[in-house]
Amino acid sequence: MRRSLFRKNLVTALLLAPATLWLVVFLVLPFVAIAVFSVGERAPEGGYQAALTFAQYANLPARATAFWNTMVLAPAGALACLLVAYPVAYYLALRAPQRWRLILLALIVIPFWTSLLMRTYAWMYILGGRGIPALLAYVGIEDLRLINTPGAVLLGIVYGYLPLMILPIYVSLERLDRRLLEASADLGATPLSTFLGVTLRLSLPGVMTGFSLVMILLLGEYLIPTLLGGGKVFFIGNALVDLFLQSRNWPFGSAIAITLVLVSVVVLIVANRISTRLSGARRVDLI
Amino acid sequence: MPKSYRDGLPITPDKFVDQLMRLKRGSISRRDFLGLTGLGVATAVMARELGIMPTPAFAAENLGDRMSIATWPNYHDPQTFENFKAETGVAVEVNVFGSNEEMLAKLQAGGSGWSLFVPTNYTISTYKKLGIIEALDMAKLGNFDGKSEDARFTAEGTIDGTIYAVPKNWGTTGFAVNTKKLAKPMSSWKEFWDTAMAEGDGRAMVHDYQLTTIGNALKYYGYSFNSLKQDELAKAEELLLKVKPHLFAVSSDYQPGMRAGDAWMTMCWTNDGAQLHRDVPEIAYVLGKEGGEIWTDFYAIPKDAPNKPAGYALLNYLMNPKVAVKEHLANGAPSTDARVNALLPKEVLDNPILYPAADLLKPLEFGAAATLTDPGRAELMARFKSA
Repeated sequence: MRRSLFRKNLVTALLLAPATLWLVVFLVLPFVAIAVFSVGERAPEGGYQAALTFAQYANLPARATAFWNTMVLAPAGALACLLVAYPVAYYLALRAPQRWRLILLALIVIPFWTSLLMRTYAWMYILGGRGIPALLAYVGIEDLRLINTPGAVLLGIVYGYLPLMILPIYVSLERLDRRLLEASADLGATPLSTFLGVTLRLSLPGVMTGFSLVMILLLGEYLIPTLLGGGKVFFIGNALVDLFLQSRNWPFGSAIAITLVLVSVVVLIVANRISTRLSGARRVDLI
Repeated sequence: MPKSYRDGLPITPDKFVDQLMRLKRGSISRRDFLGLTGLGVATAVMARELGIMPTPAFAAENLGDRMSIATWPNYHDPQTFENFKAETGVAVEVNVFGSNEEMLAKLQAGGSGWSLFVPTNYTISTYKKLGIIEALDMAKLGNFDGKSEDARFTAEGTIDGTIYAVPKNWGTTGFAVNTKKLAKPMSSWKEFWDTAMAEGDGRAMVHDYQLTTIGNALKYYGYSFNSLKQDELAKAEELLLKVKPHLFAVSSDYQPGMRAGDAWMTMCWTNDGAQLHRDVPEIAYVLGKEGGEIWTDFYAIPKDAPNKPAGYALLNYLMNPKVAVKEHLANGAPSTDARVNALLPKEVLDNPILYPAADLLKPLEFGAAATLTDPGRAELMARFKSA
């Protein structure tokens, strides 16, 4: 009895070992290093020199604009994604013919096989002067500028993160018990109130999962604003890149990174709470 | 001279994607990526096969079969590295950067893996101070001839009589203008900034680079390009913040925008100016009459270079005037070496983009080492970019 328990524990330990090792080496240790850097000082020639000071954290307001821009971009981008993704997920889960469903899902996932970097760079050329504006010039719309506008950034974000939003919503809609919809109709609800009262409500866990997933990734986004926004709008991601690669102020960059992680955790917790409350469920899966 | 330096580029789609993925796995910065895709400097010679036939000239030392160089976008004739590989069996992997700061950051972090890199004049003293670069063993660089070099451009490679870096080419930082879109002739930084806020609204680009963007804003008021004075930097900041909403982009990857006609005016380095003008004749290159930057890019070898013999061999190869002349034809930057100038065609030497008139060169300043590490300028740049 005791022996088999020991064996069970051993198996569990062995199964968990690779993941634990991986996380310790590539997540915990770097995080500790960043935490140590963040209470240090910038060496005269850049980089890090040992110290114990909270000056870097006190200096955080110097990047207030970047934090602010990110706090606006992340929810706004996630919301735009949601508005586009929900109808798609709805169609896939409730309306699409069964035999097409798998193919349609695959079509949504396939772009993920190519790096986001490359797909975003492709948009640079599609929106650039030789792309859509050149086509529009044929029909008389001259000198239209699409690239390096807020619209281009939004488009890039929705395009890049759409699958991450569609999939969780699809999953929660797919699990929806169709009999509830019939019951709602039988009890005299209009299609709209059935949608709002039953379908939407029951898919909220998926919505919140998709929303927090996209939002957390957007908190660290810097590529899309740089490539499609012309580097004119500064996000926390951009601040980090510049601090580590340009001014080589590693301690200040580390302090910002730590703050960003804390903010992300808070966002997760809040999203989880809201989701639990709205859906009335006891537990919500956040990927 | 071929129509485009891209002719005969050895990159295939497969190799390109491969290079991209390699970057993605590593610590990609956006400029790595921009440099690589921007104009296909993905030229990166990603030779995969092992080279096996060192020629007698290099046979004395084991060069291995690969090495890595860190350099600038659109900066080499891809054929140079192919030829080097054919002669020595060493495949050269090319890493492209957008700023000296970034190169320094990689070298400071350690383990860059480069056996040769291309720092700009004003950074060399810092590299030496930090003990990151080698004092060059000139016995291994027989092709270098100090006497044929123009001392104005080589000075900063030598510190206390020791040579730490040898020059690749020099150049200037001016601005490129699409004269079809902005017909009014311009000749000063004052006009550059004023136009950016008027006729060029939404169409002008500045570098994502503190040295030149702040430096050329300082020139608006006639201050030194390298100023670290609080009050002067405050004036430059005021101008930058005023111009910011009118800009097309803050980016050092300006060739795609200029070529596509989205951007009409941009801060620009000599070699990019020459390439743009060559392919799009209405793009002119202008030096601000108030001054601005003159620079020399050098070759140096990191102390932790994993393949020093190959680093030296490639450097020596590049110092061969017959090889160097092809590099200059490809990247469009003027040479510091009289032996190379003697081999360059007349139309290159007469090209005012490459070899500007003496009175335009006179007010130009070399970048100062202090700007590289000055926290004040770094924070100013961050405020400008986040405004």
